[in-house]
Amino acid sequence: MSLSQTQFTLASSPVFDVERIRSDFPILQLKVEDKPLVYLDSAASSQMPQLVIDSLIRYQTMQHANIHRAVHYLSETATTEYEAARGKLKRFINAPEEREVIFTSGTTDAINLVMHGYGRQFIKAGDEIILTTLEHHSNIVPWQMLAEETGAKIRVAPVNDAGEVLIDDYEKLFNARTRFVGVIHVSNALGTINPVKQMIAFAHEHGVPVLVDGAQAVPHLAVDVQDLDCDFYVFSGHKLCGPTGIGVLYGKAALLEKMQPFKGGGDMILSVTFEKTTYNTIPQKFEAGTPAIAAAIGLGVAIDYLLAIGMDEIAVHEHDLLVYATEQITRMPGVHIIGTAANKAAVISFTVDGVHPHDIGTLLNEEGVAVRTGHHCAQPVMDRFHVPATSRASFAFYNTRNEVDALIAGIRTLQKVFA
Amino acid sequence: MANSKALYQEVILDHNKKPRNYGKLTDASHHAVGHNPLCGDRISVALNFDQDCIDAVAFEGESCAICKASASMMTAAVKGKSLEEAEILTQQFLAMATGKLDLNAPNKIGRLVVFAGVCDLPTRVKCAILPWHTLHAAFNSVASISTEAEADPMYAPIGNA
Repeated sequence: MSLSQTQFTLASSPVFDVERIRSDFPILQLKVEDKPLVYLDSAASSQMPQLVIDSLIRYQTMQHANIHRAVHYLSETATTEYEAARGKLKRFINAPEEREVIFTSGTTDAINLVMHGYGRQFIKAGDEIILTTLEHHSNIVPWQMLAEETGAKIRVAPVNDAGEVLIDDYEKLFNARTRFVGVIHVSNALGTINPVKQMIAFAHEHGVPVLVDGAQAVPHLAVDVQDLDCDFYVFSGHKLCGPTGIGVLYGKAALLEKMQPFKGGGDMILSVTFEKTTYNTIPQKFEAGTPAIAAAIGLGVAIDYLLAIGMDEIAVHEHDLLVYATEQITRMPGVHIIGTAANKAAVISFTVDGVHPHDIGTLLNEEGVAVRTGHHCAQPVMDRFHVPATSRASFAFYNTRNEVDALIAGIRTLQKVFA
Repeated sequence: MANSKALYQEVILDHNKKPRNYGKLTDASHHAVGHNPLCGDRISVALNFDQDCIDAVAFEGESCAICKASASMMTAAVKGKSLEEAEILTQQFLAMATGKLDLNAPNKIGRLVVFAGVCDLPTRVKCAILPWHTLHAAFNSVASISTEAEADPMYAPIGNA
């Protein structure tokens, strides 16, 4: 999504009260090394508002039983709550139908589901899968495993020096053997927002389905799977202020119905004899075993919370932080931003001359500032930019300009230590 | 929680900036590459024996300050030592880095004591010990054989450390 100047000015309006929002997050009151916690690692995992924590406690205290099984009060309550969460997720991404929303344990699980359920059935030797340099390992490794098993081939759309996918090169990769496209919506390593709608439209012209890894996108911008027209869209709950262990696969019903189940077990069947098993319909066909019920309900509450603030308001506030931090870091001698795409989410990957990212991480922690250091599960991105690792500050709607200042001050301090 | 600034003291920063014995060793009799796949640190250690003593030792690679300083001070410490002495020092260093060495008891740690604080930073212990694991792997290598492909020296057991 692009942010106009009009939207941008809204960030300073009193409507978005970041201090009030921060008071919803008990963990943000913590002190680290006797300094206020400055949490700039939401791209790895975001924090949870009290409402979500309360919902987990309420569920375990008053609502817990297994779902889709018994007729007793608790089982019915748990089932209702779990399915209500599915409904919230459907609305959150504007999926046409609830049965197209499948609960998984996270993004990785969802991609593996598609690899096993779709890939192993429809991708054969000599077929080609298109990915981009920006993919997270979770959208590379499953496809490599498939390629190894079937003899299919992986082709990679490159990026320019700003970290933007070269669309001409992407389009040139298509040929008669192209069977699948996997693309990350927002790069976790660089923040690049990919033009997925355009990429999907092009793939569809060639009759190729597209999986969009939305793990970094859904927390930061309003996502409409019908508008994108993606075939699969996957994301995780814990980057959305929800619990870990829960994620979502959205898939077009027509595709999901053609696919083989990923895992076999309870709840995904209609009838079982030792001679023959009949699978359940979607979404249950893909939800074998007892799911993370509390986590799914908690994620539903997290989405209510985010929508009450407003995804557009969140995007505007985060964009303000991104612009503010980018301006300051760009002015710092010896500090380099990796990933300067025109269209970016609030992620800043950077390097500091003469200081290894791990030392940066340890010394920023000394100032209470939490950043991620390493390859961000995106080694091909690191290779593309010829760095072994970077430090990454990622901003959420509960971060402030003061926290950006703390990051800048922390970088100055560590530059002095290493001077 | 440990004050990590205590770790980033002058001697470590100095060795990071001006690492001793940094570079290649021509005709090394022993060589190994250590890799920390979690952070991308990669270090190679090469050495030559003159009869029983480590005659020459060198390291190179991409790594953080803790790892580089540890490697630099390690090469300085083991030069001229016998294989046995170097292995004892390796065990003592690993024990210290993981908080298992009684620094009040007799030991060979010497100047390496600047790394004692790393045991309070669990995420950084591996950075400090990677060169020592690599040295140990090099002792068990022959000529141009590298351990790079198979065994990750990070997880190779050394003695009972």
